[in-house]
Amino acid sequence: MSRTGKLIAMAALVTLLFGLSLAAGKVWVPVSAWFSADPRWWIVIELRLPRAVLGLAIGAVLGLSGAVLQGYLRNPLADPAVVGVSSSAALGAVAAIVFGIAGGAGQFGCAMLGAGGAMALLAALTWRSESAVAFILAGTVLASLSGAVTAFLISIAPDPYAVAEVIDWLMGALTDRGWADVLPALPLLAAGSAMLLVTGRALDALTLGEAAARSMGIRLGRLQALVVAGTGLTIGASVAVTGVVGFVGLVVPHLLRPVFGHRPSALLLPSALGGAALVLGADSLCRLAPGPSEIRLGVAMALIGAPFFLALLLRQRRAAWI
Amino acid sequence: MDLTIEGVHVALSGRRAVDAVSAVLRPGRVTAILGPNGAGKSSLVKAMAALVPLAAGAVRLDGRDVAALAPRERARAIGYLPQDAAVHWNVPAHEVIALGRAPHRAPFAALGGEDHRAIAAAIHATETANLLDRPVGELSGGERARVLLARVLAGDPAWLLADEPLASLDPAHQIDVLDRLRARAMAGSGVVIVVHDIAQAARAADDVLLLAEGRLAGFGPVDEVLTETAVARLFGVEVTIARGADGRPLPVPTGRVRAR
Repeated sequence: MSRTGKLIAMAALVTLLFGLSLAAGKVWVPVSAWFSADPRWWIVIELRLPRAVLGLAIGAVLGLSGAVLQGYLRNPLADPAVVGVSSSAALGAVAAIVFGIAGGAGQFGCAMLGAGGAMALLAALTWRSESAVAFILAGTVLASLSGAVTAFLISIAPDPYAVAEVIDWLMGALTDRGWADVLPALPLLAAGSAMLLVTGRALDALTLGEAAARSMGIRLGRLQALVVAGTGLTIGASVAVTGVVGFVGLVVPHLLRPVFGHRPSALLLPSALGGAALVLGADSLCRLAPGPSEIRLGVAMALIGAPFFLALLLRQRRAAWI
Repeated sequence: MDLTIEGVHVALSGRRAVDAVSAVLRPGRVTAILGPNGAGKSSLVKAMAALVPLAAGAVRLDGRDVAALAPRERARAIGYLPQDAAVHWNVPAHEVIALGRAPHRAPFAALGGEDHRAIAAAIHATETANLLDRPVGELSGGERARVLLARVLAGDPAWLLADEPLASLDPAHQIDVLDRLRARAMAGSGVVIVVHDIAQAARAADDVLLLAEGRLAGFGPVDEVLTETAVARLFGVEVTIARGADGRPLPVPTGRVRAR
C-alpha cells in the first residue's frame, strides 16, 4: 500500500473510533438516535463529543510529540516525559488543587504556568548548546525536580480530600471533561502541533548526526526552540486538561516504524493519527469496562499497553536474532 | 572559488587544536590534509565548514567569510562528510542519499527534477545503485561509506570536505572512491580530504597540507611537500619514496626515526 493509502486507512480508523467513542458508554447511543429529538442525543452533544474531541486532540499531540522527540533525540525510548514538561505541568495543577486555586480555569492556568516555567528553564539550561545530550539531561533534571516538589506539596496538603483529588487527577483521564475544559486547550494544542510538524526536514537531517545536519544548513538552535515550544504547548495543555497520560508518545511511533519506515519526518503525521486512535480506543474501553467507576485512562493505557509493547519487543528481538 | 584559510585558530577546551593555519586552497585540485593522530586535521576541516567557532582568523570562500553565510547558502557551497559514519535510524540507502538535497529544497516540497538528476549522478558516481533499497543498518562498513559519500555528492557542493573518507574501505573501494573524488576535482570542484595514511595522501592528492600539533608544517604540491625529511619530521618514521607507474610518489614507511 502506498503511504497515502496507509494514511487514509489510519484516518478511517480514527473516524471509526471517534464514532465509537460517541456511541459507547454506560448508555449506548445507537447511530439511529443521532441528530434527533431523542434525549440520548444530548448525552452525545454535551458529554461525549467534548470528551471524544479531547481524546482525539490529546492522542494526536501525544503521538506527534513522541515522534518528534524520538527523532530529535535519535532515541526510540524518548517520550514526552523525558523533557520534564508533563511533570512540571502536573506540578502546576497539583499546586492549584492543594492551595485551593479554584475551578478548572485555575487548574488549567497553573498547569500552563508550570509548563511555561519548564519551557523557560529548558531553554535557559540548553541555551547555546545545540546538543541533544544537554537537552535530555536538562529534561531529566526538570522531571525529577518537579516530581519531588509535587510529592512535597502532597505531603503538606491541608486536607485529605485535596490529596485524594490530586492522586485522582495525576492518574490521567478524560472523564467528565466538558466544553469548558476542552475549548481553552485547543488553540494551544494546535499552535504547538504546528511547531512540531515543521521540524520534519531537520529531524531527517539529524539522522546523520549533529555535525552533518549543521553542514546541510539545518539550524539546530531553531530546531531546539521549536521542539521546546512545541512540546511545551502541546504536552502542557494536554496535561492541564487530562492529567498525565503516559505511554502513548513512547509506543505509537514505535508501533508505526515498521509500517511507515524509520525516517523521522515520515512518522510525524502517522504518529498523530495513531495516537488519536489509541487514546480514543482506550477511552472507549475504559467506559465500557464493567464496574462502579471508570478505570482511569492513564492506568488502562499502562495495563493494556505494557504487556502488548513487551510482546512486540520480544517478537522484534526474536526476528533480529534469526 | 578559492577557499582561503586565514590565520585560523580553533580552541578545544582551552587547548589550541588548530594554531594560526593559513593556506589558499584552489578548486579543481584534491587537497589532502595530512598529519599524525591529534594534529588537528578534523578540527581544521570542521573550521573550514564553519562547524566549530574560530578563536581567531577566518575562512573565506571567494572572499566571503563562511561563518557569516546563511546556513543553507553555505550548505550548498560546502559539503561536509563527517568521519563518524553513524546513521541513527535504519532507513533505506536511497533515503540517506536524498538527505543530501536538503540545502536545495524548499520546505515541504517533494523532490524535484533537479533533485532527482543530482541524486542519480551521485548514485552513479559511487556505484550504489544496487544498495538503494537496503536498510543502512544491513550494509557493510564500506557500502555505508559509499552511501554517505553519495549523500554529500547529491548536494552537488562547490567544495567537498571529507573527513577520512577512506578509513573503512577495502583497497579496491579506496581506489574507486579516490578516483571519484579526483574526477570531481577534475570537473572543477574543490575537494579536501583528511587522511592519516601517507601513501593515500600521495596517491590521491594534488596538494598536501601538513599539520603537526595544530600548526602548518607544509603546504603545496605533493611532489614538493611530501619529501623524506618532511615525513620523517611529521610522523617520526623513515620513508622511502618510490614512484608509481604514473610517476606519482609512493612513500613507503620503512622504520621509526631513531631518537637522536
